[in-house]
Amino acid sequence: MAGQSSGTESQVQLRQLRPSFSSRFKEFFIRHLQVFFYSLGLLSRTPFSTLLTAASLGIALALPAGLYVILDHAKQLSGDFDSINQISLFMKQDVSTQAIERLQKKLNAWPEIAQVKHIDRAAALKEFQENSGFGDALKALKANPLPHLLIVYPSLTHNEPEQINRLLADLKKLPEVDLVQLDIQWLQRLYAIIHIAQRGIFIIGALLALAVLLIIGNTIRLAIENRRSEIVVMKLIGATDSFIRRPFLYTGFWYGLFGSLIAILLVNLSLLMISNPLTHLSSLYNNSKLFSLGLMGVNTSLTLLVSGCVLGWLGARMAVGRHLKEIEPK
Amino acid sequence: MILFDQVSKRYPGGNEALSNVNFHLRQGEMAFLTGHSGAGKSTLLKLIALIERTTTGNVIIGGKNLHKVSRHTLPYLRRNMGIIFQDYQLLYDRTVFDNVALPLIISGFSSREVKKRVHAALDKVGLLRYEKKYPVTLSGGEQQRVSIARAVVNKPALLLADEPTGNLDPDLSLEIMNLFMAFNQVGVTVLIATHDIPLIKQLDKRIVHLEHGQLLTVEEN
Repeated sequence: MAGQSSGTESQVQLRQLRPSFSSRFKEFFIRHLQVFFYSLGLLSRTPFSTLLTAASLGIALALPAGLYVILDHAKQLSGDFDSINQISLFMKQDVSTQAIERLQKKLNAWPEIAQVKHIDRAAALKEFQENSGFGDALKALKANPLPHLLIVYPSLTHNEPEQINRLLADLKKLPEVDLVQLDIQWLQRLYAIIHIAQRGIFIIGALLALAVLLIIGNTIRLAIENRRSEIVVMKLIGATDSFIRRPFLYTGFWYGLFGSLIAILLVNLSLLMISNPLTHLSSLYNNSKLFSLGLMGVNTSLTLLVSGCVLGWLGARMAVGRHLKEIEPK
Repeated sequence: MILFDQVSKRYPGGNEALSNVNFHLRQGEMAFLTGHSGAGKSTLLKLIALIERTTTGNVIIGGKNLHKVSRHTLPYLRRNMGIIFQDYQLLYDRTVFDNVALPLIISGFSSREVKKRVHAALDKVGLLRYEKKYPVTLSGGEQQRVSIARAVVNKPALLLADEPTGNLDPDLSLEIMNLFMAFNQVGVTVLIATHDIPLIKQLDKRIVHLEHGQLLTVEEN
């Protein structure tokens, strides 16, 4: 016995009894799948409390999501942002067509400009004659009173109000230009309102995300407390922290998933409830599509689902990280 | 297999549970740890299982100094030990099979292998017919045998038992001890804390006696 001690004894300790790597790799996924459904099974054993938690998460998630959907629709209501940001450059009468084409090319090269459209004064007159109803009256004019017009579309990276202001100043300095026109005040106000709304939704969203973390963290803390003796046994027979953590993390994930599903349901229900009076309002404007909310988009729904799951996982991770260390065999 | 080198353990509050204990249990050996309640039997076992850490001195298990075992590697060390408790420490919301399978699942064995090994372990303790039952429906002796099956299912090199027969009558106690003897015969190192002196006197194994935290006698056979 003594003779073999030093050599074999250390070997005995190193014998980890671990299966081969490939088998463990395969098992890893099977275990995850098992825990995935096992944690779902645990939740389904207490359907009422699961529903209560998921519903509170759902409400917390529905608020910012609903506000976001409304803001998103408000943006659409105010029209395409690109088309708001268009600057009309009215040319001086004596500028030739070639000069204007040269100017168009030059402006197109500016980084703050996405596109420059030239509206030829002759074509503009023709269109005006056809569409305005003043056709015959305009024919009586000897010369074309309309100037050449360049429509400048600022690039998307340069459509903040200050940037537009700077661009306007630059454009005014061009010698060929007679008049630069943009209803900047209206645009600035709209931007300001949207900024405030966005900031507000961001704050509400952040606060409610925090609430989701706390709700899930607290729920998981209770779950850990309920299974304290089980965790002790697991630790005694050599379970790693990540093994013990896993079912709780999946539980957090499920709560997040159920919560966001409930949130999607709540937001869509609210949108449906608003939709009728909104259609009525639109009909008063003789435009049935002016205000229409529809349902939550696929992208928004997916974003909500993913953030719900991530928040659930994160809340569980925080709670487990804190409380698992406290539970040790005595 | 187990080496205690001048080990002392003082709990917060000044209570010295073990003082200057030197003790060596060779691989494949079986020994009983005796002494009154509070003599330090449980503390000694806890130091081996790393439930507690020594205040001074070294505990070396299978050539590994436990000072060097971090929180992270601790689970892997424990997989080399089967630990058995007086109160069985079974999970009562799982079947006998699932209880015994737990160490294997933790180590990541395939379902086929788990089934094979659990059946082998339950067969050894004579409880194969109970695999689908829940622990509460079993008697104390049967529950202890389930916990032994769980302790041996991944073939650990070392079995530790803290008063495994503490709640059992003499006949059952002898049965359980015979199980430990059988595992020892196939090469498992076994250390059992017990105060059932009459029982272990019959068994002709080494007895280590603790009193007030000090190792008094080491009866070699």
